[in-house]
Amino acid sequence: MRLKTLVAVLGVGAVVACAPVQSGPTGSGTDEKTGQLRVWLFDEVNRGPKEAVVKEAISEFQGKHSGVTVDVQYIQVSSRAERFKAAFSDPKSAPDVAEFGNTDLAGYVSAGGFSELDLSSWSESKDLVPTILDTAKVDGKTYGVPWFVGVRALYYRTDVFTELGLKPPATLDEIAPLARQIRQRKPDLLGISAGGKYLFAALPFIWAQGGDIAKQDGGKFTATVDSAEAKAGVAKYTELIKDDICPPATCAGNGGDASVEQFRAGKAAMTIGGDFNRKSVDASSAAGKYAVVPLPGKTSGSIAPAFAGGNLLGVMKGTQRKTLANEFTQLLASKKYQQKMYTAMGNLPTFSDVQKQVSDSDKFLEPFTKTLQSGTKFVPVTPAWAKIEAQAVVPTMLQEVVTGAKNVDTATADATKTMNAAFSS
Amino acid sequence: MTARGQGRTAFAYLTPALLVLAGLLAYPIYQLVLISLYDYGQEQVSGGAPLTFLGLGNYQNLLGNQQFWTVLGQTVAFAAVCVVGTLLVGAFLAILATRVRTWVRMTLFLAALGAWSTPAVAGSTIWLFLFDANFGFVNEVLGIQGFSWTFDKWTAFGLVAAQVIWCSFPFVMVTLYAGIKAIPGEVLEAAALDGASAFRTAWSVTLPLLRPIILVVTIQSIIWDFKVFTQIYVMTNGGGIAGRNLVLNVYAYQQAFAASEYGLGAAIGVVMTVLLLVITLFYLRALRRSGEVL
Repeated sequence: MRLKTLVAVLGVGAVVACAPVQSGPTGSGTDEKTGQLRVWLFDEVNRGPKEAVVKEAISEFQGKHSGVTVDVQYIQVSSRAERFKAAFSDPKSAPDVAEFGNTDLAGYVSAGGFSELDLSSWSESKDLVPTILDTAKVDGKTYGVPWFVGVRALYYRTDVFTELGLKPPATLDEIAPLARQIRQRKPDLLGISAGGKYLFAALPFIWAQGGDIAKQDGGKFTATVDSAEAKAGVAKYTELIKDDICPPATCAGNGGDASVEQFRAGKAAMTIGGDFNRKSVDASSAAGKYAVVPLPGKTSGSIAPAFAGGNLLGVMKGTQRKTLANEFTQLLASKKYQQKMYTAMGNLPTFSDVQKQVSDSDKFLEPFTKTLQSGTKFVPVTPAWAKIEAQAVVPTMLQEVVTGAKNVDTATADATKTMNAAFSS
Repeated sequence: MTARGQGRTAFAYLTPALLVLAGLLAYPIYQLVLISLYDYGQEQVSGGAPLTFLGLGNYQNLLGNQQFWTVLGQTVAFAAVCVVGTLLVGAFLAILATRVRTWVRMTLFLAALGAWSTPAVAGSTIWLFLFDANFGFVNEVLGIQGFSWTFDKWTAFGLVAAQVIWCSFPFVMVTLYAGIKAIPGEVLEAAALDGASAFRTAWSVTLPLLRPIILVVTIQSIIWDFKVFTQIYVMTNGGGIAGRNLVLNVYAYQQAFAASEYGLGAAIGVVMTVLLLVITLFYLRALRRSGEVL
């Protein structure tokens, strides 16, 4: 009897008395002009050159503003979600300026983490490539400055292609037969190293067919992976992860890194890799034996729309030094420092004129800048996307097709259902 | 002192322990239940969106999901295999330890302690290395280079189960060994004098005396193996190809916590707690029926 009363009291208490914790309203009125500006940047495997450029920017900034110090903290990419969530929940521990991935933007903005930026007074901003600037926008408002961009293209082994007398594929449809032919004649090689978890390699196949993940209608997203075009793209991509090209036992579990790793190890004749993979491929057994072309589109001469990945610099909503934070963001993202970051880290700049400048001086970049200029696409800009990504909806869909657990129709229909649930929540 | 006064004094003595328990157990569970009744995502945590009370919405959502039931079934079967495996291996080695020479026993214990003290992430990674498709020691010995253990659903589950048993049998072994050693020699001697066979002694004397210990290790194992996370997460790369190696804890992490759906995650947590409580209660009850004083 007593226990029952206790349970009842607890139950009622739970429902009536209080609600789960919420942190207070973020954003403060103060705008201090001196003090310490805190900056979060991503740590990298080889951080030295990045740190040197950032230090240069800091000393320039501190020279212009007396009484201001800039404190940079390098955070791990792998634990960024936890770090940012913690920063949003507790503005006191948050930085003023932060680097973050453009796919994380929508989630961060809806969590109230970043403040809107007004770039109109910044003269350099007009040269930002529009499709890249779009990746910094949510509902038409800009919340970050694109710091660098990353796109993927088709890496292939020149020695293998010469030996077999082959030419790189001219259309998307040619990839599978070509890869199959290579594996037939060289059974030790994967025709093309594709991965069941490699979302950014699969997306161009869907986009090239005219399909998309989702469409936006008056602020509301609806999944469209079950459209005929998207299904054609899914079929084309999953065709690559079959025993006669890239066996599922090897490839179904691979994401981007693992897919490129097969190419680095000399075990694949082709793969889809980014401009950012160059250094690691040059330090592998494939060095000097490869070339890169844009991933071809549906028709000969066209380029499949690539995913415009990259990082942004933004100002946190809770900052007490808004003006300083804005100025530092614009300095670090300026043409001058993007150029320096390119030299230091190989990061592709986001200004069209700087892009042209660097690709003129470095032929390697040409397929990537060509891909960028022919138009890039992006994942749905909604906080629901972070959820869809965390729940691995698209990789699961690809893997279901690859393993034969479901056919393209059922797998895409199920993915559509899951995504729509996420969009509407 | 009256009975009532005595009760009061006892209560006063117990208060500090009760307070600690309330702080460490009751409050988190209260919060868990509370959060499970709300739509509680990252936006709500950081104050970007208002709280919505869903009542049992999260639970409805969860129980209406086909995948949840599949994962639950997998979890129960996987945990059952791990528990039985752990108990069998642990019991066998404990009995072995009582029958062998000191140095053999020492070696056995040191090896078991090594497995026991290996952190789960490190252990899982080492097992992955051993079973690597191309460069793994196991495939080299078996001559099946290129065979992927983690691709197929059943070999993947089998591999993870073996790893779980490997890192949890030492607890069972050490505890049972201590239990066997604690059985008074006179009892066994008496049985021997009465002419009991070795099997008869084991069945009618040793086993009943060990029952409380077996009870503890079984419940512990059930709870541990039901909550397996690290091994599955590391060895099947977050739940296997197309999520076919998901167990409840990894599912909760992927669907709810990584996706910032804390309300749904809390609901899964509550369901899991209730399930484990029910299993434990049934087990205790079955034992009481069989005449054990608890």
